[in-house]
Amino acid sequence: MSNNTLYDKLWNSHQVRETDEGASVLYIDRHLVHEVTSPQAFEGLRIADRKPWRVDSVLATPDHNVPTTDRSKGIEETVARIQVETLDNNCEEFGLTEFKMDDPRQGIVHVVGPESGATLPGMTVVCGDSHTSTHGALGALAFGIGTSEVEHVLATQCLIQKKSKNMLVQVDGQLRDGVSAKDMALAIIGEIGTAGGTGYAIEFGGEAVRALSIEGRMTLCNMTIEAGARAGMVAVDEKTIEYVRGRTYAPKPDQWEQAKAAWADLHSDDGAEFDRTVIIDGATIEPQVTWGTSPEMVLPVGGSVPRPEDEADSVKRGNIERALAYMGLEGGQAITDIKLDKVFIGSCTNSRIEDLRDAAAVINGRQVAETVNQALVVPGSGLVKRQAEAEGLDKIFIEAGFEWREPGCSMCLAMNADRLGDGEHCASTSNRNFEGRQGQGGRTHLVSPAMAAVAAIAGHFVDVAQYIKAEKTEGKEA
Amino acid sequence: MDAFTTLDGLVVPIDRANVDTDAIIPKQFLKSVKRSGFGPNLFDEWRYTDVGQPDQDCSGRPVNADFTLNQPRFSGAQILIARDNFGCGSSREHAVWALLDYGIRVVIAPSFADIFYNNCFKNGVLPFALSADEVDRIFKEIDANEGYRLQVDLAAQHVTLPSGETMTFEIDNFRKECLLQGLDEIALSLQHADAVREYEAKRKQEAPWLFAS
Repeated sequence: MSNNTLYDKLWNSHQVRETDEGASVLYIDRHLVHEVTSPQAFEGLRIADRKPWRVDSVLATPDHNVPTTDRSKGIEETVARIQVETLDNNCEEFGLTEFKMDDPRQGIVHVVGPESGATLPGMTVVCGDSHTSTHGALGALAFGIGTSEVEHVLATQCLIQKKSKNMLVQVDGQLRDGVSAKDMALAIIGEIGTAGGTGYAIEFGGEAVRALSIEGRMTLCNMTIEAGARAGMVAVDEKTIEYVRGRTYAPKPDQWEQAKAAWADLHSDDGAEFDRTVIIDGATIEPQVTWGTSPEMVLPVGGSVPRPEDEADSVKRGNIERALAYMGLEGGQAITDIKLDKVFIGSCTNSRIEDLRDAAAVINGRQVAETVNQALVVPGSGLVKRQAEAEGLDKIFIEAGFEWREPGCSMCLAMNADRLGDGEHCASTSNRNFEGRQGQGGRTHLVSPAMAAVAAIAGHFVDVAQYIKAEKTEGKEA
Repeated sequence: MDAFTTLDGLVVPIDRANVDTDAIIPKQFLKSVKRSGFGPNLFDEWRYTDVGQPDQDCSGRPVNADFTLNQPRFSGAQILIARDNFGCGSSREHAVWALLDYGIRVVIAPSFADIFYNNCFKNGVLPFALSADEVDRIFKEIDANEGYRLQVDLAAQHVTLPSGETMTFEIDNFRKECLLQGLDEIALSLQHADAVREYEAKRKQEAPWLFAS
C-alpha cells in the first residue's frame, strides 16, 4: 500500500531529476508575476540574453502599486507608475499574458490565479510573493520565491530545491457560528508560532477544514507563510472539482475527465506518515484578534492583552514589552476596549466574494461608527468587484459609510496611497501586523471580514459570534 | 554573484526576534526597478526618526541614535547577528539587496525564515544558524567588547571568536559550492535542459491540460 502524503505526491510528480548534491530539479507548471518582484528578473534575462522557457506558463497582473480610486488618469506617483509600466513592457517584450490595470480581470495575483483557473489541482505554482501558499487550497504545491528565483523559473521552468518535511495540521469538529477560516488560521499560528512551520510543508486536514469552502481554504493556506511554512495545502475533494469546473483556463471538456481522474489521487494516503502532527479542536476556536506586532501575538476576542510581568522568559518578555509600546496598549487591557481609527477589508487573505458577503451580512443597515476615520472595502479582483455589485453588496457597504474601491493589495502593505497614519489602530482582514506594515507607526489588528465589519460599526472590537446571536434574538422579538 | 570564502568582519547586533523583511526594507522602497541602492534605507523605520521616501538623499535625515546601526562603534560592520526567525514575512529579495548594499555579507541567528534564507545565497550573502546559547554568548561579548569581530570560514564551516574558540555551522553542500565559487545557478540549471524537455514530453501525455495555452 502506498503511504505518500499529498506533498510527497506533488513533489514526486514534478521532480525532473535529483542533482549530484542531493537537491531536486523541480518543474514549475504555473508562474504568476506581479510588478514589484519581477523587474530585476526580466532585466537579468536581458543581460544574460535569455528567453522565457515557456511563455504559456506565465500569467501577470499588477496589484501591489495600483491605485484603488479612480484609475482613469493612470497612476499619479511616478515611481509606482514606472514599475507598473515596466511590467507591461516586459510582458509585451517577452510575449507573456498580462491582465493589465484597466482589464476587468486584473486583481490581486492570488485572487486572480484560482479565479481564472490559471492555478489548478496538482500543479506546482510559484510567484515572487510569499502568499503564493494560497493556491495550495486547490491541492497544488504553491510557494513564494525571491526575485532571483523568478528569473530562474522564467529561464529554466525549474527550481533547484530541497524537499521540506511534512506537517499535518488537523482541525477536528465544527467551527462555531461567526468563526471563519481566518480565525482558524490565526488560532493555528497562535498555537504553533510564526516559526512553527519553518522547514515544513503543511497539509491542513480534519473535519473543520473539509467543511470549509474553497475560498475559506484559500484564506487558511494564504496564512501558512505566517506560520513559517512556505507551502500549505488541502486535499482535493468534490468541492475542489466543482470550484475549478468551467473556469477560463480550466481543462477543456475533452480533457476534463482525464484531469478529474488524475486529481482524484491528490490526497494523503491512509498510511501516510507526517514528521509532525498538530491536532486542534475546531469547536474551541473563537473569533481571533491580534494585539501585537507578529501574527502569533493573537487572542480570542474575549481575551486581555498579556502583561509582560507574567512572562518568565526574558527574551519573550522583551518582545511583549516592545510590542505593547509600539501598539500603544497596556498589559491586561481587554481586546474589546481597543478603539479603532480605520478598518480595512481586503487583501489576498480576505477579499473574495464570500469574504465580502460575510462582512456585508453583519452590517444590517447600521452605520460605521463616527469615531472611525475611514473604512475601506477593496475587492480582490475586477471580477469579484463585478460580482459583488451584481449582488448589491457595494450598496450595503456604501450606505453604511464604507468606501468601495478598485481591486488591488491596497492597505495590506500600503504601497499605494491607502495607509495608516502614525498611531492609528486598524481592524484589518490582511495577513501581517508587523511594525509599519500598513503605514509607518500604524497599528494593525488582524481579524476576519465579519469581525472587521462589526468593529467598524461599534468603533471597537466586539465578538461577532455574540453579535450574530443577539441579532437573531432581536429578529425573533421584532 | 560575488563568491564568498572567508570574512574577518565587525559584528553589529540587532537584539530582536522575528525581524521581518518589512522592517529590513520598508515597502515604499520596493518601487525601484533596480537591484542596487537600497543600503541607505536598510532598517529605515528603526534607523531614522522621520518617514523615508524613495530616491531621497538620506545623509541629512534625523537618525535614531539608539539604533545599533547608527552607533559609531558598529560603523562598517559586515556581519549582523540577531535572534530567532530572522527574515520572516514577505519574500522581497530587496531585503537581501539592502543588507548587501549596506555592506553586510554574513547574517547569524538561531533560526531563519525559509524564503529569506534562500534569497541570501542568490546574492553572495552567507546566513547561518548557531544555537540560541551561542548567539546569546556572542551578544554578551559584543556588549562587553568594542570593535568585536568574528572570522567566518565557509569552507571549514566555522566561525572563530576573538578568544580563538570556534563554533561550527551547518550548510547544504550545493549552496556552499555555489557560494564558494560564485556560480550562476541558472547556467547550472540549464545543464539539465535535456532532462527537462524529456519530462515535459512525458507530462504532455499524462496531463495535457497543463500545456494548453
